Amino acid sequence: MSLTASDVKKIAHLARLGIDEQQIDGYTKDLSNILDLMTQMGQLDTSGVIPMAHPQDQIQRLREDIVTETDQRDHFQAIAPQTEAGLYLVPKVID
Amino acid sequence: MHNKTLTELAAGLRSKQFSSLELTQAFIERIKQHSEINAYITISEETALNQAKIADQLLANGNTGPLTGIPIAQKDIFCTQGIKTSCGSKMLDNFIAPYDATVIEKFNQSGAVMLGKLNMDEFAMGSSNENSFYGAVQNPWASDCVPGGSSGGSAAAVAARLTPAATGTDTGGSIRQPAALCGITGLKPTYGRVSRYGMIAYASSLDQGGPMTRTAKDAALLLQVMSGFDPKDSTSAQQAVPDYSAGLNDSLQGLKIGLPKQFFSSDLDSQMAAAIQAAIDEYRKLGAEVKEVDMPNLNLAIPAYYVIASSECSSNLSRYDGVRFGYRCQNPEDLADLYTRSRGEAFGAEVKRRILMGTYALSAGYYDAYYLKAQQVRRLISDDFKRALSEVDVLMGPVTPSTAFRIGEKTVDPIQMYLEDIYTISINLAGLPAMSIPAGFIEGKPVGLHVIGDYFSEAKLLNIGHRYQQVTNWHLQVPKGFE
Repeated sequence: MSLTASDVKKIAHLARLGIDEQQIDGYTKDLSNILDLMTQMGQLDTSGVIPMAHPQDQIQRLREDIVTETDQRDHFQAIAPQTEAGLYLVPKVID
Repeated sequence: MHNKTLTELAAGLRSKQFSSLELTQAFIERIKQHSEINAYITISEETALNQAKIADQLLANGNTGPLTGIPIAQKDIFCTQGIKTSCGSKMLDNFIAPYDATVIEKFNQSGAVMLGKLNMDEFAMGSSNENSFYGAVQNPWASDCVPGGSSGGSAAAVAARLTPAATGTDTGGSIRQPAALCGITGLKPTYGRVSRYGMIAYASSLDQGGPMTRTAKDAALLLQVMSGFDPKDSTSAQQAVPDYSAGLNDSLQGLKIGLPKQFFSSDLDSQMAAAIQAAIDEYRKLGAEVKEVDMPNLNLAIPAYYVIASSECSSNLSRYDGVRFGYRCQNPEDLADLYTRSRGEAFGAEVKRRILMGTYALSAGYYDAYYLKAQQVRRLISDDFKRALSEVDVLMGPVTPSTAFRIGEKTVDPIQMYLEDIYTISINLAGLPAMSIPAGFIEGKPVGLHVIGDYFSEAKLLNIGHRYQQVTNWHLQVPKGFE
């Protein structure tokens, strides 16, 4: 199972992850090797095996729907790159 | 003072041989003297001195717990309010957490003093600490070698006596492997035992925090503080916390030890095999019975782990978008450019590889072949452990294929680095507790013995570690230059 440079570019786009053009080949090679490692799982017949999503097969715990947190907007926004009037600022999305 | 165990330090504080302030200042001085190790990302001197003064008042009033006034250091993955939490990444180089992780809160309540935040592989992804934005960490036993990872700063700091004890986290071996390479005691608890709230997520179904100390007895004290149900962590175990120190001296007569035959294949380095066998012989002398067990699916742990961990990582790390906190690129053209460049500029190569791998494994058309398949393999590996642990009390084997390797030796090929965790990774898939304890040296570099137990058997593991440390002195060795 081998990936191509254009596969890697497509995956990087899906992940919104900038990769330098000159590094694409390196990532393509590494990821292809890692995929080869992963395909070893194909040796094992797993038909009928229930997938294990969690180490203890716990049931998701529920909690009462009560307010436990107070409003800390200013506190949290103090570490944001850019805010205005209590809002996070990003480049304009709609012209 | 720096060679004392936690129990000895606590006794020294109570008998007024030294104050918490003196102890804290001595460690801060020592950390600065040995800055070449690069174990600390942040030294929280001001906070530490304040905490020490408060602890001294508590001690004067006789109002103390086992850790009151004792300095410890935290892996830089635990959020600390008001103090930088970088997770070893450029992405969080400017991140001052707005809240404390539950683990930090528990240590604060215990009266412990925080010396600082310890170096680690970026977002806990790596087995050598070379993936840190803040540079590699030296192994105190051999300065040209890695301390292991991802909790490399924690292991190096404990081994070099730059803190009496530290915390680590273990997703695929990140407590045990560095503990083995640095000759200290490291315990990965059962998944869910220690709260993950405020512990920066890498792979949520595998991540678990735990103690990294010089002795099993010290690990018991730290684990006592760290453990417990936390309503803020949705996968926290609702299980009572036993007294981890109570059974440390219990007899090991009749203990059934299983040796997975897959851990002792012909691939295992002969010197490593001899060191591990010698440790197991000590247990025979302590009254244990040893038998071989078969775990046929262990050989697929690495591929299954890298699918699951990468998938969970690609999802967890999607929160770093350059909008709400962390790194933001200069002059973004538009929103897509802001996301793409902020992430591209701030994540290191290994983090990028895992995000890409996980994104691929979860993408349409590949999900069944990779993610679902890996979860099925995970079940079969977990079943292997269940079967083995129904026959024996604990499993033993090596922690690592070899002792500490040279800085730069395994950075070229990511798969070489992945194979470093061949003995540790399956335990995370199963969610079991496991420990590395010092068990000898090969050419001057430490060897770790791996002890794996059933769910919530931490007290038993610590008992097994402590009894061994009563009859051996590997854990008392100090690297040259750090006496």
